Amino acid sequence: MAIISTAGLARTFATKRGPVEAVRGIDLTVREGEILGFLGPNGAGKTTTLRMLTTLLAPTGGAATVAGHDLATDPAGVRAACGYVAQSGGVDTQITAREELVTQGRLYRLSRARAVERADELARDLDLTGLLDRKCGALSGGQRRRLDIAMALTHRPKVLFLDEPTTGLDPGSRAGLWDLVRRLRDEHGTTVFLTTHYLDEADALSDRLVVVDDGVVVAEGTPAALKLEYGGSPDASLQDTFLAVTGRSAAPAADAAPVAV
Amino acid sequence: MLLHDTGLIYGRYLRQSLRSRFALLFGVLMPLLYLLFFGPLLTDLPLGGRGSSWQVLVPGLLLQLGLFGASFAGFSIIIENSQGVVERMRVTPVSRLALLLGRVLRDATVFAFQAVLLVLAALVMGLRAPLPGVLIGFAFVALLTVSLASLSYALAMKVRTPQEFGPTINALTMPSMLLSGLMLPMTLGPVWLDVLSHLMPFRYLVDAVRDAYVGSYATAHMLYGVLVALGFTALAVTVGTRVFRTAGA
Repeated sequence: MAIISTAGLARTFATKRGPVEAVRGIDLTVREGEILGFLGPNGAGKTTTLRMLTTLLAPTGGAATVAGHDLATDPAGVRAACGYVAQSGGVDTQITAREELVTQGRLYRLSRARAVERADELARDLDLTGLLDRKCGALSGGQRRRLDIAMALTHRPKVLFLDEPTTGLDPGSRAGLWDLVRRLRDEHGTTVFLTTHYLDEADALSDRLVVVDDGVVVAEGTPAALKLEYGGSPDASLQDTFLAVTGRSAAPAADAAPVAV
Repeated sequence: MLLHDTGLIYGRYLRQSLRSRFALLFGVLMPLLYLLFFGPLLTDLPLGGRGSSWQVLVPGLLLQLGLFGASFAGFSIIIENSQGVVERMRVTPVSRLALLLGRVLRDATVFAFQAVLLVLAALVMGLRAPLPGVLIGFAFVALLTVSLASLSYALAMKVRTPQEFGPTINALTMPSMLLSGLMLPMTLGPVWLDVLSHLMPFRYLVDAVRDAYVGSYATAHMLYGVLVALGFTALAVTVGTRVFRTAGA
């Protein structure tokens, strides 16, 4: 059962130097309850795709449905069904975690009393109790990330989009976040769509990977299948597989000038 | 839903303003300095209007407060954009119009408060004006604030960096202030300057408030002032909402 499906989803930006095709045409399906790793080199179009799927950016081509709602005709339905954590997070550093969580609940149209309750529930669930009355700016990187995710879970979304959720976190916080993502899927059946540059993370966490490059999907499958197909063996590292898929070589190209001598 | 959402956004940003009480008072500093150090120069000058020089100057200072204050409102959204706050709100079902209206109504509240402080200071300096006129003046400040803040937020969503935003606003506000006759009535100047100033929408607002301050409420100035203020507000809020609805790159 596909919870996300896209066909030819594309976005072209008009710039002073002419049109830039950030996303050329993405075709993918995500099954309900799946943890999908969305990989690709910098500039491949990952964030642009995510911003389209979360209604932040209107596609310039193609179509998509998220949790049964058409992106173009029912953006409100899409918003009600999905949560999104951007790379930068999205909390005001000057106010308390509690105030942000309660306001977020109210933005999702919970009553004031219910929003206060929900903030406490989320805090218990994401190990933020005791931190609620701190200013968001005073939280550590890992705590801040959990708060960002709590904000996105306010309305118990069916789909959670995470854009590089563990960038900049220490190993302990990363492991904690992986557990959290797995728990969300196992306990609530939440579908998780995450981008990452950490291939160990993609390997450990994802049921399936979709690799994009230059704004199109260049490979997809389970980590094991991709390793076998592109890396040559099921024991290949995902790193080598990734480089083989995207045609990027770890060794400097012959014509490349040395960066430093 | 629009009311609910607007109230919510308004509350969030009003609390933000109340947390920085210093900034709340600081905004009134520039017009206050004009009042203290520029106002007394006008006392015995023939300004061509009825009433005292204070009844000419204070309306101008009130609109100057709105002009300079509200034009820079967009700075806050540039900071919020870099923190991801705006996008985080835009993925919730919150009304796009409320994201704008809640903010601009907060700004209108803050500037109305500063306008009251300014008028109180002016009363001490020697201003005497009818109460309905003073209240009409506050209404104009609020409308001007709503429209300029809307445009400021729209611009800030488009340009995205303080380096582009600051100089653009400076380049727009200075000529607006000079050409709308906020400091001195444009009728004192040569005809070409007076004609040119009629192209500046704020000119009509300041003329209307000056009439209100001498107790003339049913004048052509008042009619034009109200029409321009309402029209400009409608235009600015429309532009702002469009940007908030489509804001992408």
